[in-house]
Amino acid sequence: MSIPIFVISVLTVAGALAAMTLKNTIHCVLALTVAFAGVALLFLGLDAQFVGFAQILVYIGAVVILVVFAVLLTRSSETPEEGSHSRTWFTGLAISAGVFAVLGWAVLASVNGLPNETAAPDVNVHKIGNALMGRYVLPLEIVALLLTAATIGAVIVAMHEKARTK
Amino acid sequence: MTPLASYLLVAALLFAIGLGGALTRRSAILVLIGIELMLNAANLNLIAFWRYGPHPEALTGMMFAIFSIAVAAAEAAVGLGLVIAIYRHAQTTDVDKMNRMKG
Amino acid sequence: MIQTLDQIFVLFKNWLVGFLPAGWQVAAGVVLCVIAIIAVYPALFAIAVLLERKGLGRMQNRYGPNRVGPFGLFQPVADGIKALVKEDIVPLRADRVVHFLAPVVLVPIVFMGFAVLPMGRHMVLVNMDSGLLFFFAMGASTELAVFMAGWSSRNKYSLLGAMRAIAQMISYEVVLLLSSVAVVMIAGSLSLVKIVESQNHYTGIFPHWYVFTPWGLAGFLIFVVASTAETNRSPFDLPEGESEIVAGYFTEYSGFKFALFFLGEYVEMFAVAALGTTLFLGGWTAPFSFLGWVPTWIWFFAKILTWICVFIWFRGTLPRLRQDQLMNFAWKFVLPFSLLNLVVVALWRFLGPGWEQWVICSAILLVAYVVMGRTAFTLKNIGPRKYRYAE
Repeated sequence: MSIPIFVISVLTVAGALAAMTLKNTIHCVLALTVAFAGVALLFLGLDAQFVGFAQILVYIGAVVILVVFAVLLTRSSETPEEGSHSRTWFTGLAISAGVFAVLGWAVLASVNGLPNETAAPDVNVHKIGNALMGRYVLPLEIVALLLTAATIGAVIVAMHEKARTK
Repeated sequence: MTPLASYLLVAALLFAIGLGGALTRRSAILVLIGIELMLNAANLNLIAFWRYGPHPEALTGMMFAIFSIAVAAAEAAVGLGLVIAIYRHAQTTDVDKMNRMKG
Repeated sequence: MIQTLDQIFVLFKNWLVGFLPAGWQVAAGVVLCVIAIIAVYPALFAIAVLLERKGLGRMQNRYGPNRVGPFGLFQPVADGIKALVKEDIVPLRADRVVHFLAPVVLVPIVFMGFAVLPMGRHMVLVNMDSGLLFFFAMGASTELAVFMAGWSSRNKYSLLGAMRAIAQMISYEVVLLLSSVAVVMIAGSLSLVKIVESQNHYTGIFPHWYVFTPWGLAGFLIFVVASTAETNRSPFDLPEGESEIVAGYFTEYSGFKFALFFLGEYVEMFAVAALGTTLFLGGWTAPFSFLGWVPTWIWFFAKILTWICVFIWFRGTLPRLRQDQLMNFAWKFVLPFSLLNLVVVALWRFLGPGWEQWVICSAILLVAYVVMGRTAFTLKNIGPRKYRYAE
């Protein structure tokens, strides 16, 4: 693993840790942005440029803004009275440590069978377009329907209810 | 350690951090943030396997990751809409306090 | 001779880089291009600020600044010195780290958009395959810096301005993307270099710019509207309207940080104008084929400056739109129109070259514009204003 990729990974993990431990919700969201940007840079390091830029555009450009609006609309940016971690935090921590241990063991124990560096794949936007319109056209249409349904659903769920006249 | 193994370890670490955050934080929005981190870790896994796997020219991993990004964005939108609706009803986003079905 | 003048910057860079050993040459070339971009666009920013103040002044029947140098030409220098020596005030309860980081995050991101824009023949920093997507990714990231600025000031006006700005920028970002997709459909590539190359043909003396086609003209007008809104310029400048909410999201910034925000806004204006020229106005190609001897980078910067003049003209002429009028306009008129534009582009491609594509596509767009405009008017009951008096 080269030095820049190592640095970016450290930054991503640090951002994710900060996102899950800071007290102020907006600071958590900004640390999450750093984590997303780090993941996008890791995608770029893996020669997946389209996915990397789509990650920046969708996650940093839309999901983070959505979370920020939700934080402001639910007044979560004020510090909570009872602390920002749940009463059962130790169990959660133990579970996540266990999950990481299992996943890490699975990766490291099978390191002999994994393929080594292959040549960079020759991917350009033409091929992605052909794939989207050819082999993957059904998932594309389903995702379009899903996004429409999600948009309408989110608006209906979050809309102000009409005042009941009794 | 092969490059693939290092990327998979980073993804596993991100997943564990997201899971830990989703299980330990009080605010519903921070739980959703943890879920987004987990989805990102899964995408990283997909792209790492696409790049170092046997047939990268089939673009399967990349397509899967693109659709996963789209679905995650839709899920974040609906989830946050739900959080806003619940806040309007219960005046709080604290998940420890939402322990009854009846409002 | 003409070729060397056209490629003078490329040749200069190659000559400079030739002094280094072979391993360092690529990196040094990239660094030199980056230095050139960082040097040129703030200089253009100084010119644009002066142009705006003088131009607005003349439109408002007054002189602009005319004291500092001959015809006020050194006003940007005076403004720069003022910004540098002003006291940097941070409010007591503001979030210091985020308050500091907001301009620091904004300025590099808006400069990154220039990495994929071709400023002349062979004069692009990185010829990315998905260059347009990269540009929009950078544009989407600037909204976060706006939010950081507005929220960290712990000021109601700042937060309100930031929320308005983000809502507006997101809405018009979608419109900008859709109007660019029309060009991508015809050019067949997301690479901005290829898009300019595909406009580099001439029939007789007239160029094949995309703005001279019906769908291109519609897309261009939509792009102009959306880019004015994206950069928070008049008539869409409610988030930073001076008479409305003090200065919106940069109320609590003073001195150099304010200058950085100002720089970021103008450089974003240049970036979006440059994207518009690349997509619709042919990038670095000359307007008539007999003018091909003029260096290509002169055409590029001339077109960008024309856009800036048009932006200044809008600011001096049009009244400000209210936030709900702005959002209504985006979602209920411009977005359906740009979706219709996509359908018209597909029809254009399908009908093939000939007179049918011109007539049918123009007819569809004109009818849609008139129908949507008229229904919008009748629905809103726009007519002579009726006054109500308090009794």
